[in-house]
Amino acid sequence: MDKKFIISGSPHIYAKDNVQRIMLDVVIALIPATLGAFYFFGLGAVRVFFVSVVTCLIFEYLIQKFLLKQKPTINDLSAIVTGMLLAFNVPSNLPTWVVIIGSLIAIGIGKMVFGGLGQNLFNPALVARVFLLISFPVYMTSWPKPIASAGQLSDVVTGPTPLGILKESGSISAASQTGELPSYVDMMLGNMGGSMGEVSAILLLIGAIYLLYRKVITLHIPLSYILTVIIFTGIFWLIDPTKYADPLFHLLTGGLILGAFFMATDMVTSPTSYRGQIIFGIGCGVLTALIRLFGAYPEGVSFSILIMNAFVPLIDRISYKHFGEVKA
Amino acid sequence: MEPVIIAFVVLSLMAAIFAVIIYFVDKQFHVEEDPRIDLIAEKLPGANCGGCGYAGCRNFAEAIVKNNSLDGLFCAPGGNKVMSEIAELMNLTAEEKKPQVAVIRCQGSFENCPPKHDYNGIKNCGFANFLFAGKGGCAYGCLGLGDCVEACKFDALYMDPITGLPVVIEDNCTACGNCVKACPRNIIELRNKGPKNRRIYVACMNKEKGIYAKANCLVACIGCNACAKECKFDAIKIENFLAYIDYKKCTLCRKCVAVCPTNCILEVNFLPKKQENANIANDSSKNIVNN
Amino acid sequence: MLKTFPKGGVHPDDCKLTAKSPIFVATLPDKVYIMLNQSAGAPAVPIVKKGDKVKTGQLIAKGEAFISSNVHSPVTGTIDKIDPILDATGYKHQAIIINVEGEDTWEEGIDITNNLIKEIKATPQEIIEKIKNAGIVGLGGAAFPTHVKLTIPQGKVAEYLLINGAECEPYLTCDHRLMLEKPEEILVGTSIIMKALGVHRAFIGIENNKLDAIELLTKLAKDYNGIEVVTLKKKYPQGAEKQLIKAITGREVPSGKLPIEVGCVVQNVGTAKAIYDAVQKNMPLIERVVTVTGPNVSKPSNFLSRIGIPLKHLIELAGGLPEDTAKLISGGPMMGKTLSNTDIPLTKAMGGILLFPYNLSKRLDPYPCIRCGRCVHACPMGLEPFYLEKLVIKERWEDAEKHWIIDCMECGSCQYICPAKRPLLDYIRLGKNKVSAIIRSRKN
Repeated sequence: MDKKFIISGSPHIYAKDNVQRIMLDVVIALIPATLGAFYFFGLGAVRVFFVSVVTCLIFEYLIQKFLLKQKPTINDLSAIVTGMLLAFNVPSNLPTWVVIIGSLIAIGIGKMVFGGLGQNLFNPALVARVFLLISFPVYMTSWPKPIASAGQLSDVVTGPTPLGILKESGSISAASQTGELPSYVDMMLGNMGGSMGEVSAILLLIGAIYLLYRKVITLHIPLSYILTVIIFTGIFWLIDPTKYADPLFHLLTGGLILGAFFMATDMVTSPTSYRGQIIFGIGCGVLTALIRLFGAYPEGVSFSILIMNAFVPLIDRISYKHFGEVKA
Repeated sequence: MEPVIIAFVVLSLMAAIFAVIIYFVDKQFHVEEDPRIDLIAEKLPGANCGGCGYAGCRNFAEAIVKNNSLDGLFCAPGGNKVMSEIAELMNLTAEEKKPQVAVIRCQGSFENCPPKHDYNGIKNCGFANFLFAGKGGCAYGCLGLGDCVEACKFDALYMDPITGLPVVIEDNCTACGNCVKACPRNIIELRNKGPKNRRIYVACMNKEKGIYAKANCLVACIGCNACAKECKFDAIKIENFLAYIDYKKCTLCRKCVAVCPTNCILEVNFLPKKQENANIANDSSKNIVNN
Repeated sequence: MLKTFPKGGVHPDDCKLTAKSPIFVATLPDKVYIMLNQSAGAPAVPIVKKGDKVKTGQLIAKGEAFISSNVHSPVTGTIDKIDPILDATGYKHQAIIINVEGEDTWEEGIDITNNLIKEIKATPQEIIEKIKNAGIVGLGGAAFPTHVKLTIPQGKVAEYLLINGAECEPYLTCDHRLMLEKPEEILVGTSIIMKALGVHRAFIGIENNKLDAIELLTKLAKDYNGIEVVTLKKKYPQGAEKQLIKAITGREVPSGKLPIEVGCVVQNVGTAKAIYDAVQKNMPLIERVVTVTGPNVSKPSNFLSRIGIPLKHLIELAGGLPEDTAKLISGGPMMGKTLSNTDIPLTKAMGGILLFPYNLSKRLDPYPCIRCGRCVHACPMGLEPFYLEKLVIKERWEDAEKHWIIDCMECGSCQYICPAKRPLLDYIRLGKNKVSAIIRSRKN
């Protein structure tokens, strides 16, 4: 009778998932593409990958403990995810000190300045990538050739990415004539130039299927994003097939699959309602296609996702329909 | 060099044009405001605590000028000094209000009112009040989760971790009333500071029958009427098994403190009596502080 | 395709430990404590005093206010006193304490035989009068006085009657066992309510984890006009009335309004059976089926218990309080209230008593919100719990009102599914309180 019972508000049971499990699922989903990157780009990839992940963890710990004077929360694995995604977005011959700067920007400015986990407006890995792209354009646009560069750690053989060739040549017909474009099978497997994580479409898709199975992401953003890009580029390809590349080319090159399945679907920076997610996906798709077809940069995924991230609070406010809503 | 000179000239011209535009816009859309509002607002403390009943110090100043009187308007943090300065400015008279301070009318510490439950939930008294009577089981006592501490803008309240009750830092308290509004059980009251900062009050809000009140808490008011009988100045009223001392009538004679069987009446800032009153020394949360 | 509500919902584990336990009639203790506020609304006013002798089924307190209900004595004995005692709300309220003296001596006019009476002789007005006199309240948990619910306001028309046999909360099985053991009484009760409301179609909604009840009731309902059994997909909160209406009829009750707006009236199966007892047998509401269960309870059971029995008596009958019990919950684990001690008496609203051990009871430390949106997808009312929590923390009450915080029915799906283990419902409840107070002060 003198037993002290606990008084609390309902509900009194919890579902099984927690934050670590979700982050761990993302890490597992990225492993196939990581192994692919190690295969195609060799030691350079291993170096960039480990430097990125370890420095992200260190910076998060240091900033939380000494600058913010909070209890460090690196055990929620979100820093590892940021580190992996940052590594995926840079070429494998990036100097180590540039990678470290990238980690500092990703964690410090992309995440901590806003208030830590769950508060940031922009995707941290993309913030760092865009910062590096604009500050160190030469380092960030020298792409090692896959497999040929795998054995060395320095002085690797470099070559342009397929999208780079397209932009330089001005039209797809001119690009094909250079003889530098990889075949579609090569693009699918990953045997092409590009950032470490974006080359292998099939390995990324394996990871994406795992995330869909574990219900960490849903199809709304990736599907609307990719379909929009396909439709947009498809229309222009139908108008002038000699100038514009076909939709499959756009799908398999560049960071589209990486961006659509792993970067745009980042929970913190994407809308929470399904309707909002579709609007977000369509917006990203339109911007990516515009930048790729008419912009000065060959690749538009990072910029389009960051721009749409800025609109997410607005999208969230206009995209809910609640039960019993009375039409005024 | 030429492009630099051209750029310099163009930008300077633009700056000049914009400056002229802004000047005319400012003149056009200027709002006529009584200059006295600014003067009054300068004299106010500027804490925007809301104790006067207005949203901020500036709104209070506007209200004074609009009404052109100081009736019913009083700035508690500023006190009599500020009100008399404002009165001088406006050529009005300000009523002298006795300085007040917040008092916590509950002694239900962990020792006096032992916890009978564990509480697992958000740190918010408003929510806990809705959920249950409180860790100690008293439906009128302090919940100890700190809504009052959060509401105070003058750093005059802190939660004592040993007793689980809030403590008022008298020097900082401006009697603005935010803590009174924040407490869901109306435990905090604004009472006169009293001569030499001394006051006497009943530190209990329990309106249950005596046996139930005492079963829960050692220092609860049981409504026994002993204090009301003792008081020669008619300052104590018993209602719903709870005593209340009117601070306007109380002369600080301390006779009620002596006769209270549960020691729920507190005397603050008095010198200790010469006779050894064993009961007073008992509870650590009793404030008999030498000032 | 099984019918269900389209928006939101979660799938907690069933844990129906007592689904196969037949209803066991609980013995009587020495004293019973009848709370005067057995229903929503104002407490009843006692019409007996200390020392009076009362019979089983005798009226001991009248519901005077518009929303109030009568209270009858569940035992034969002497009134000990009328005093405030601690009840399920955590506060003390008035109760009539009766000393039990021996076997039941029933009040005149009450038929205690067990034979089924199918013919409904009473007129609709008489039915509602009998329900009011018998003190019937909603036995689904909200305890709203039934006679008020069945009195259709001017200008509204009732089209369908929905009987709620969903029992979506984990652990609870009282409705399930009642449907298996007293199906005919429930069907006659449903016909009585149909007559009182003047409707010709009734639906009994049952979740598909109770296939035996569905089969039995479907077979027996063939003999009754207009009653149809609907199988519903197992999802929490299927038993919430707005979600039940949406699943069975496809109609959405507008925000802030009652089900009668879309022509529906919802009653629990237990209430239907109590109405049968009241109208056909003149039996007032003095007992109910309650499930006493928990992961470590040695003899989890469904008891047919008289109102007013202290919970510790029922817990003893279920094998005693387990050693490591840390939480005592009245109701289910998703919406139930935690109780302070085991002296609290049974009221008409309590459908289940859960005894949770320490490892299930302690709340986990919350992480910051990662905006995963699971709470939004789980909310059956289409609200944004993570945003409402943020608004409440920042004390932005007007914005919370604009985001329909009042529509929240506190089902708990959001807090259940949150991976960051945030106390979403605590904050939303606080917000609802503050916003309701603001709305009330605005009206004055």
